[in-house]
Amino acid sequence: MREFEFTRATSLDGAAEQFASGGEAAFIAGGHTLLPAMKSRLRMPDRLIDITGIPGLDRIERDGDRLWIGATARHATVADDATVKSAIPSLAKLALLIGDPQVRNRGTLGGSITNNDPAADYPAACLALDATIETTGGRYQADDFFLGMFTTALADGEIVTRVGFRLPQAGAYAKFRHPASRYAMVAVYVARFVDGWRVAVTGAAPAVFRWTGAEAALAAGQPTDGLLLDPSELNSDIHASAEYRAHLCTVMLAKAVAELV
Amino acid sequence: MRIRINGDTHEVDVDVRTSLLDLLREHLGLTGSKKGCDHGQCGACTVLINGRRINSCLTLAVMHDDDEIVTIEGLGSPAALHPLQAAFVRHDGFQCGYCTPGQICSAVGMLDEVAKGWPSLVSEPGTDAVALTDEEIRERMSGNLCRCSAYPNIVDAIRDVAGAGA
Repeated sequence: MREFEFTRATSLDGAAEQFASGGEAAFIAGGHTLLPAMKSRLRMPDRLIDITGIPGLDRIERDGDRLWIGATARHATVADDATVKSAIPSLAKLALLIGDPQVRNRGTLGGSITNNDPAADYPAACLALDATIETTGGRYQADDFFLGMFTTALADGEIVTRVGFRLPQAGAYAKFRHPASRYAMVAVYVARFVDGWRVAVTGAAPAVFRWTGAEAALAAGQPTDGLLLDPSELNSDIHASAEYRAHLCTVMLAKAVAELV
Repeated sequence: MRIRINGDTHEVDVDVRTSLLDLLREHLGLTGSKKGCDHGQCGACTVLINGRRINSCLTLAVMHDDDEIVTIEGLGSPAALHPLQAAFVRHDGFQCGYCTPGQICSAVGMLDEVAKGWPSLVSEPGTDAVALTDEEIRERMSGNLCRCSAYPNIVDAIRDVAGAGA
């Protein structure tokens, strides 16, 4: 790791001030992506700002048809939170599918979505549950937030404060875990709302995306087993070919539809 | 900075880059916690922070000056083994032993999570009491790798202690 200055923020304004005080700065909460990136010198910030001491940033509350989860809420907390489990049980289950127990005790919602790893879980939940992402700069709909591989609409110094997931009538997340890393080889989140279906796919392509063909088929009450994504748009790597991932998407879609709760 | 480890307060002067694991091993001589991958994948560095198990390689020491940290050295001693340490010996829950401190710290944290009713992918939804089946133990210990593959005996050791209500 390169040298950096370490500071703590106790308010969002304080964090913004520290961010703007010269050099390249980065925020840290769980640090489960940032620290490995810094160890391998993919990231070399001059200043690291700890935002875990900002009061209220990990709050979980239901407000009408939305479930709001604070950015520094840890995965293990979300997985066992009574409000989450009653409002959107499929979201609690998704949190339980992230990494392993040690990772879930440390990693945060805000960190996961701002990193936007192509195989991360929370971005799929945001897209499928039509989430509103609240930041220090304003609000984004999930459809406008995840721009591409490791890329979001966030500006420099902008901090995600909380995410409002829209309560579906029913939802399910089916994930084919890589057996060692437990990242999604492919995972599909299906959500049924009063005004339509939303289907999000992670792990398959350079970034999370909505499967509009599946949404249309589900809305029309048509079977989904004949649907197949175009492999030329999907990832091929040492773990799986694009053709295999396309097949897995269809299988995970069917699994999610069968598990809707 | 001041840091609380195994009930003792230490005054240390460290570079902010120091991971909690490096602080333990290189600065305080607590070499029980092991450095396997240094990237949060293997679990050999697992310690308990305020009772919760985490990978000490993936956190900065300076982020923990208010926390209570427990390492393998704080769980038991050669003269008075922690029940899980004794069970690992009894069941031969290791071969080379490198992952063992992490396995044991993780198992301590895991049994506490079970006692609190934390869910896992294996437990039946809606059930409060978790039945600690072998499948449940494997899922809940998935953050700790053992390259010698002593897994069957590790599961035996943990089941033994869990069954004794420890």
